[in-house]
Amino acid sequence: MNNNSKIVESFKTFLVEVGELSYFTSRFFKEVFRPPYEFKEFLRQCYNMGNRSLLLVSVTGFIIGLVFTLQSRPTLLEFGAVSWMPSMVSISIIREMGPIITALICAGRIGSGIGAELGSMRVTEQIDAMEVSGTNPFNFLVITRILATTLMLPILVFFGDTIAIFGSAMVENIKGNVSYLLYFNQVFDSLKFSDIIPTTIKTFFFGFAIGLVGCYKGYNCKKGTAGVGLAANSAVVYTSMLLFIIDFIAVFITNIFY
Amino acid sequence: MSSFDVKSKPIIEIKNLYKSFGDNHVLDGFTMNLYEGENLVIMGKSGSGKSVMIKCLIGLEEPDSGSIEVMGKNIKELEHWELDELRTEIGFLFQGSALYDSMSVRENLEFPLRRHTKKFGVIEDTTPMVMEALENVGLAHTINLMPSELSGGMKRRVALARTLILQPKIILYDEPTTGLDPITSKEIILLMISIQKKYNTSSIIITHDVDCARVISNRMILLIDNINYAEGTFEELSASEDPKIKAFFK
Repeated sequence: MNNNSKIVESFKTFLVEVGELSYFTSRFFKEVFRPPYEFKEFLRQCYNMGNRSLLLVSVTGFIIGLVFTLQSRPTLLEFGAVSWMPSMVSISIIREMGPIITALICAGRIGSGIGAELGSMRVTEQIDAMEVSGTNPFNFLVITRILATTLMLPILVFFGDTIAIFGSAMVENIKGNVSYLLYFNQVFDSLKFSDIIPTTIKTFFFGFAIGLVGCYKGYNCKKGTAGVGLAANSAVVYTSMLLFIIDFIAVFITNIFY
Repeated sequence: MSSFDVKSKPIIEIKNLYKSFGDNHVLDGFTMNLYEGENLVIMGKSGSGKSVMIKCLIGLEEPDSGSIEVMGKNIKELEHWELDELRTEIGFLFQGSALYDSMSVRENLEFPLRRHTKKFGVIEDTTPMVMEALENVGLAHTINLMPSELSGGMKRRVALARTLILQPKIILYDEPTTGLDPITSKEIILLMISIQKKYNTSSIIITHDVDCARVISNRMILLIDNINYAEGTFEELSASEDPKIKAFFK
């Protein structure tokens, strides 16, 4: 096989993958409103994804706020603009850094977990067993997980952002003798709804993408146990790529309207 | 078991079933009938298409051509919800048991029960039904255990209990004794016979196990070269002089 045919083959595989993912997405929208509603399983997934990611998101958020402030401080001091620190940190964390970093962490933790769990259920015929018992495995396994990630990610991002700003406030309090009250006053003064609303909408899409790709890769897992690892791995890779594409589109649209 | 009266009404009719995976022709015009109350054993070499055939039968695989009628309903013509309803009449015991490993034994059994309100109504307390199914397989004490805490034989029994809880008319067994020691295999075979007697189910048993076939079958089909090569009772087939058939009974 020469290089050209390899490129053509890879492109074909890519198109097939995009087509299958689109079909999977359309199936989600077709079945999401169709009963029975697996509310108990949805809550269980929310708990698994939200509560168990809280510590990781908190620690990461705190360190980001801390490091970001420590790194920016000398430059701002040089220009006598250190008073801009709360505005700069809050806007950059809320608009961009908080959502994308939290989403990437969740892609690694939740996306790979979904891919591996559904993948192992597929190869051990558990999904087939659900189907032959006359129940809808897509409804029970896929819809609940996608809805849970879509709902939980904005909450995790909100939580992570708050902790990151608190980390930044702590540095300013120690290094610059700025009180927490003054710091948070400046944060709220600098933030507008036009900063918060688009970014919140964006995080719903991030959550949807994490759930969708993880479920797609796991649900369609092939090639035995080796396929389970592949499903988990490719769920993270594809989701990460998709997150940056969504981020780019979101920023582009936000710039048009605001 | 003695030979079976094949003049009764067929509960499953498969005609000219073809299935290929790329260039690999797995089924080339497979035809068979299953009669009410019958235990039909299908034997064949690995890769001869036995498992693919029962997966086509339950709608997990789509055949390339041919017709499958289950209880008078053509599988191909059914809507998704109709197929789901029909599936409650067909139990399927997977080779690897396929218990839901994130759920306890109780939840495994409750799972299909709670989702078929049309057949059973809304059941407030599922415990009596779960206990009855587990008692049938002699594992009532495992109700709160997780699948990871069960041995291979126990998993197979719990899977059988999960199959029974929907009170199916037909049970499909995909290699029910594979991977089990001879004693546990014997227990599973006896369990299958007692279930058949108690609930008057019809069964298709896919197996390589000659002992299992001898004890349980009313009739046998040998799947060779992707078609039903030979059909008859265990005694008839085991006495055959055809070298291809003889190879199975050595």
